[in-house]
Amino acid sequence: MRENPMMPKPHKVIKIDLETDLESTFRIEVDTPPALGQFYMVSIPRIGEMPISISGIGPGWVDMTIRNVGKVSRAVHSLNEKSILFLRGPYGNGFPMDEFKGRHLVIAAGGSGIAPVRPLLEHYYRNPDEVDKLDLLFGFKTPDDILFRQDIDRWKSRFDTILTVDDACGIWEGECVGLITEYVKNIKLSEYDKMEIVIVGPPVMIKFTAAEFIRQGVSEERIVVSMERRMSCGLGKCGHCKISEYYICLDGPVFRYNEAVKLVD
Amino acid sequence: MGWKFTEAAFKDLIVKLKADYTILGPKRFVGQGRFSDTDLIRYDEIESLDEIVWNEKSTFSPKEVVFPITQTLFYFIEEKFLEPKLDENKILIFLRPCDINGIRRLDTIHLRNGPQSDSYYAQLRERVRFVMMECMEGFDTCFCVSMKSNITSDYDMAVRFGDDEVLAEVKNDDFTRYFSLDLPRVEFTPGFVQENTIKVTVPDGGEISAGIYNHDMWNEYKSRCIACGRCNTTCITCSCHTTTDIFYDDNMRAGERRRTWACCHVDGFTDMAGGISFRKDNGSRMRFKVLHKIYDYNKRFGEHMCVGCGRCDDNCPEYISYSSCINRLSQVIQETDACVKIP
Ligand SMILES: Cc1cc2nc3c(=O)[nH]c(=O)nc-3n(C[C@H](O)[C@H](O)[C@H](O)COP(=O)(O)OP(=O)(O)OC[C@H]3O[C@@H](n4cnc5c(N)ncnc54)[C@H](O)[C@@H]3O)c2cc1C
Ligand code: SF4
Ligand code: SF4
Ligand code: FES
Repeated sequence: MRENPMMPKPHKVIKIDLETDLESTFRIEVDTPPALGQFYMVSIPRIGEMPISISGIGPGWVDMTIRNVGKVSRAVHSLNEKSILFLRGPYGNGFPMDEFKGRHLVIAAGGSGIAPVRPLLEHYYRNPDEVDKLDLLFGFKTPDDILFRQDIDRWKSRFDTILTVDDACGIWEGECVGLITEYVKNIKLSEYDKMEIVIVGPPVMIKFTAAEFIRQGVSEERIVVSMERRMSCGLGKCGHCKISEYYICLDGPVFRYNEAVKLVD
Repeated sequence: MGWKFTEAAFKDLIVKLKADYTILGPKRFVGQGRFSDTDLIRYDEIESLDEIVWNEKSTFSPKEVVFPITQTLFYFIEEKFLEPKLDENKILIFLRPCDINGIRRLDTIHLRNGPQSDSYYAQLRERVRFVMMECMEGFDTCFCVSMKSNITSDYDMAVRFGDDEVLAEVKNDDFTRYFSLDLPRVEFTPGFVQENTIKVTVPDGGEISAGIYNHDMWNEYKSRCIACGRCNTTCITCSCHTTTDIFYDDNMRAGERRRTWACCHVDGFTDMAGGISFRKDNGSRMRFKVLHKIYDYNKRFGEHMCVGCGRCDDNCPEYISYSSCINRLSQVIQETDACVKIP
């Protein structure tokens, strides 16, 4: 029989953690660990498929933090521990971890963009010597939208961290209020050839945060972004994720910004 | 060397081939055309030689033979994924050189874009054999010569239809066993159209600057294009699709996963959860399609996607001419000197 790349495989849900009103993290059994920054096509038979990034990797499992926004995500949110979830993948290229070695790394994540960088942060939390320095910059809409609060507190103990919310809503006990872009200048950058910046979030957030880093003297080649586009197949066939001559599902989702800015939707 | 059939002998060949092949060809559907008193010509199963419309251009391409409009990927029973039973019959298509070249583009996307090939496409495609219908003149909206897709050698058999005879060249010896022993041999190799009325200048091999993407020229299509997607559905090379699940009304525990043709001109193609979408206006959709057909695909695969069949121009209800658009684009590039030639 010919191998069918569209065939998902059943995986056990081990654990579900409620993160916010809309988001939960699903820990799912897998045999082989994916690369950091890759994604899976998550499938519920008779409902549909959707691309979801990996928000954690451990021995025999991966985490996926899923926002309840539509048909498939709603169905996933109705699962319980011990349910079966169908996956195919992992797909995509992942972050260039080797190129980050020995560098001063800044990770800037907006909203649910923190999910795909969480495995990176855990990796550097366990191996802090792999980079010269790590700065974290997180932005969320309101205090209630903050994901992985306990993780952030833990990361804070080891790395310089800025956590900001667009709107304090009268309940925010943190120091920073305002868009993530306003805090870029608070990060003390190293010389040009020592920097690596990772930016993940909604398209607008990526655009303006990158512009701010560039204003601070970072060049486009030193910035890495993870892009999201509509996806249906994850295999380079359906055409939904194509921009310019690239297919985000195959050639991305991670791109160097000097490449990414040239791509036109 | 070739073979010469009388009309009766070729009819007889079709009957014999039908024992082993499903034969598909351009067929006339009287009165079903876009205008009153016009016919629709589309691909369908051929019962006899008389049904093959070889001297007119088909409204639709033979794309759906290898890439069905809707295809079931899985049947679901509870949580079980069942693959549909595979057909095994061989398929013979009568088609023109441009469409053969177009199917090669579909092969590229389905079989060679990315590390995994599409098993559904592959299993259909390997059952298909081509009978190329010689095309020496083209039709009034064709520009295959400009797109370098007027010629192909990728066929199992090539035929020239005459008034009461058919000449054939055979490349796949599987077919000669269907020929009667006394069939006369003649010198025959098919010719190809060498010039079309419509000529397009394709901006070849350069980098397109940002100015072209934002150029005024696309604005005209903003209001003119109604995002119906006909140009996509009639195009031999448009390969996009969307996968969706359904469950049956009378039994929610059973259902299907299907994929269906999708069109980059139609609303919703780029929609993401959270209300994010790209190319909201129809002008940028036209720009996206045109540049995909004659620029992006070429950058990735080293040949243009568009084969110049002209069907998008034939079928656009708003009379948008894609071939004129390419020429206009080339002109704009020349004027703005925005296309930097890469040696
Ligand atoms: C590479 C990648 C990684 C992602 N990672 C995450 C993640 O970690 N957590 C998370 O909550 N969400 C993630 N998303 C977004 C997630 O895929 C969408 O929220 C999801 O597809 C919505 O599906 P739905 O059926 O619930 O919603 P509906 O709105 O009902 O979606 C219908 C269909 O639209 C398509 N679609 C809708 N939104 C998107 C989208 N943003 N991207 C691609 N296709 C979409 C899907 O094919 C889906 O089947 C990611 C998207 C991409 C492309
Ligand atoms: S873009 Fe138009 S001319 Fe080119 S192959 Fe498609 S339908 Fe034919
Ligand atoms: S056929 Fe014409 S009107 Fe319809 S989507 Fe294509 S260009 Fe637009
Ligand atoms: S998701 Fe289908 S081509 Fe990328």
